[in-house]
Amino acid sequence: MKLQINNQVHEVDVEPEMPLLWVLRDILDLKGTKYSCGIAQCGACTVHIDGEPMRSCVLPVSSAEGKRITTIEGLSHDASHPVQQAWVKHQVPQCGYCQSGQIMTAVSLLEKISKPTDADINAAMTNICRCGTYKRIRDAIHDVAGNAPEVAKA
Amino acid sequence: MKTSNRISRRNFLLSSAAVGGGLALGFTLPASKAQAAAAAGPKRVNIWVEVAPDDSVTIKYARSEMGQGSLTSAPQIVADELDANWEQVHIAYVDVHEHILMNKAWGSMQTVGSQTIRNSQSYLRQAGATARAMLVAAAAQTWKVPASEITVKNGIVAHAASKKQSGFGALAALAATQAVPKDVPLKDPATWNIIGQSKPRVDIPASVNGTQVYGIDVSLPGMVYAAIAQSPVFGGKARGFAADSARKRRGVIDIFTIDDGASVVVVADNWWRAKNALAEVVIDWDEQGNGKADNASIRKFFEAGLTATDAAPLPNNKGDVDTAMKGAGKVLEAEYFTPYLSHSPMEPMGATVQISAAEVHVWASTQVADGLASEVAAALKLKPEVVIVHRVQAGGGFGRRGSGDFARQAALIAAKLPQGTPVKLLWSREEDTQHGMYRPLAMYKLKGALDANNNVVAWQTRIASGSLMAQRIGAPLAKGVDGMATEGFSRLPYEVANQDHSYIQRATHVPIGFWRTVGWSQTPFAREQFIDELAAAAGEDPLKFRVRHMAADELSRHILETAAKAAGWDTAPPKGVFRGIATTEPYASFTAAVVELSVNDAGVITIHRIVQAINPGYVVNPLNVRAQLEGATVWALSAAMWGEIGIERGRVKQANFHDYRVLRLKEMPKVDVVLAPTGGFWGGVGEPGQAPLIPALCNALFAATGKRYRSLPLTQHGLSLA
Repeated sequence: MKLQINNQVHEVDVEPEMPLLWVLRDILDLKGTKYSCGIAQCGACTVHIDGEPMRSCVLPVSSAEGKRITTIEGLSHDASHPVQQAWVKHQVPQCGYCQSGQIMTAVSLLEKISKPTDADINAAMTNICRCGTYKRIRDAIHDVAGNAPEVAKA
Repeated sequence: MKTSNRISRRNFLLSSAAVGGGLALGFTLPASKAQAAAAAGPKRVNIWVEVAPDDSVTIKYARSEMGQGSLTSAPQIVADELDANWEQVHIAYVDVHEHILMNKAWGSMQTVGSQTIRNSQSYLRQAGATARAMLVAAAAQTWKVPASEITVKNGIVAHAASKKQSGFGALAALAATQAVPKDVPLKDPATWNIIGQSKPRVDIPASVNGTQVYGIDVSLPGMVYAAIAQSPVFGGKARGFAADSARKRRGVIDIFTIDDGASVVVVADNWWRAKNALAEVVIDWDEQGNGKADNASIRKFFEAGLTATDAAPLPNNKGDVDTAMKGAGKVLEAEYFTPYLSHSPMEPMGATVQISAAEVHVWASTQVADGLASEVAAALKLKPEVVIVHRVQAGGGFGRRGSGDFARQAALIAAKLPQGTPVKLLWSREEDTQHGMYRPLAMYKLKGALDANNNVVAWQTRIASGSLMAQRIGAPLAKGVDGMATEGFSRLPYEVANQDHSYIQRATHVPIGFWRTVGWSQTPFAREQFIDELAAAAGEDPLKFRVRHMAADELSRHILETAAKAAGWDTAPPKGVFRGIATTEPYASFTAAVVELSVNDAGVITIHRIVQAINPGYVVNPLNVRAQLEGATVWALSAAMWGEIGIERGRVKQANFHDYRVLRLKEMPKVDVVLAPTGGFWGGVGEPGQAPLIPALCNALFAATGKRYRSLPLTQHGLSLA
């Protein structure tokens, strides 16, 4: 089966029902996308399929065939995406494990709504973070949107 | 060590570099990237400080990083005493194997108990100051000037009179040969210029582009994958299993039990295949007599502990509680209950192990890197010296990774495979939820008395709880008392003439462990609500009542009043809004919280604001301390609202994040963090923020509803969070 990931075509020989997450991680060694719950609860495995945020832990790889798959590795070559930069500026991550998924979800939100309100952010950002970085995630998204930026307090 | 065995190690470095991670090679501050690349032939001035010819300085970090930030803040301490230029500093983990071979020269690697800064600062400051003195001695020798006339500032060693100056690089080789000076004077905290600065965390850049390497991300040539099913009932064993169809599934390599049947393992060429095959294995579990335990039977056992006559007294007991109670104006009694809780870090448990003829290699997210070597060695009946633990970032720890159970299992699995086969064990989220090292369940019975002037004259506490000391560490209890289960009561900040606190251990078949903030995550739920109950009985303001009983405890009063002032306690909240307050003294720090909320008729809680105040003595990295307190707030609210691991038929009822709910972004309240360091002592930061939060929340709920919520989680009382 052929997969188009981060603008590159990969040929994989896997079961059609294998979740995309495991194809990315264990077959193609793209380890930036994380496993955490396996039941689409936490969002650590979020990737973009044709620009839509999807939880790859429950997405059979066959359903991504012929579509544009973007992972955290494909967001930018040098962490220059505005959302990545805002994440650094606001010092969002703690352990960092959920942040690939948080960033992919935030990028998708900002592509759809360039100036999201708090309610928009609440509705889109359903990913779990156990370290509790939610305040900084919100601040960083507002900053990218140009909504009254509130830089991380020193 | 044989050269051939080193190859796998190098392969790991190459592989991790291929994923884009520089972690195994050390972190580099962005501004010094070029310098670090050019840093050939660094000189070790001492074990903490290496200087390269290009003046870049590598500071070693001995503990783990799991999100708490000390990978950045601990080296800030060394850099400050060294008078290094932070832009030239680059940070690298201490090699765990070298540490073990050098008789643990870098001190403790334990990343537990909020101790990385407070328990390392003394030798880290000394390390920086000593290296600085040796650089100065080298300059004095080279320039033939008195060392006392030499200054060091921002990475430049200078002698004003002769107008000589140098970076560290040119002096490093000579500095390394200097006699190591003893008792080098340390800086006056007033002159610190790197400690106290909000330096950006060095690990963050790798966390935003997917290149951070966690235990789960390790990739080795020829690696196979293991999925595990542990006995659903704790302590159970597999009598046998049927795996005919599972063995035929694609990619399956082997199926076997480990640990005398405690777990069944499937090894395959891919984790998903291993996990799916495992689901097809029919396992005959022997529950070993634990299959009937449930919430009700456990609760009954703990309740009996509240009235048992063989409890152990705490050392701080004083006066005569019985007589004081008899003569008192008002006597109050209350019982509190806190459940078992799971850590549930985002990265599930797991480890990768490769056993070759002479060495064992282990890659795992851990909070105790050197202890992991010992645990793996013990499982394989080897010496720790042959176990090589490789560093990776931990995807959250919160105490769970203080245990090495998962690495032990991975070692036992590797031992069953052909020699040299690397195997990655990964637990599913369900295994993680159902085989934790849970925060101990605890019950508290409190009794207090007020005299005619509404002074607290007697305080009695009975604590019934598991013992981490006895059950997890395996150490005997000092006079029957577990220090962690009783923290918060072993020294009340309130002056009470007659005190009688006692502890009784309640051990069940449920495994317990260190859960972020440990005893301080639950004892304040009882203590800080009970003092509120006494204040209400006295008809007094909860802040004023507390302060009135704290005359001799200046630091507790200071943090309480700091939080109250920041919350505007003296000004009445808007109509329908209510406040609660609590104060604690965890991990040598002082923390207090004020929660402002309203509750509607349907029991929906809206939290308007939380004020979190901390006095950790000194603040090394303000930005990071704020982040830790924000995070601790989320941690505490998750536990308060939904946190419960329940037992049914001897096993855990909850399985994943759908039934072990945690706070999400939309539920995150506004949090104002107040840093109030007074200096003079060193306290912890990662855990203390949680301690006062749940009682402050419950005290606010009392103010709003007139009801006391004495058991958790709050959703059991029909409450929910807006």
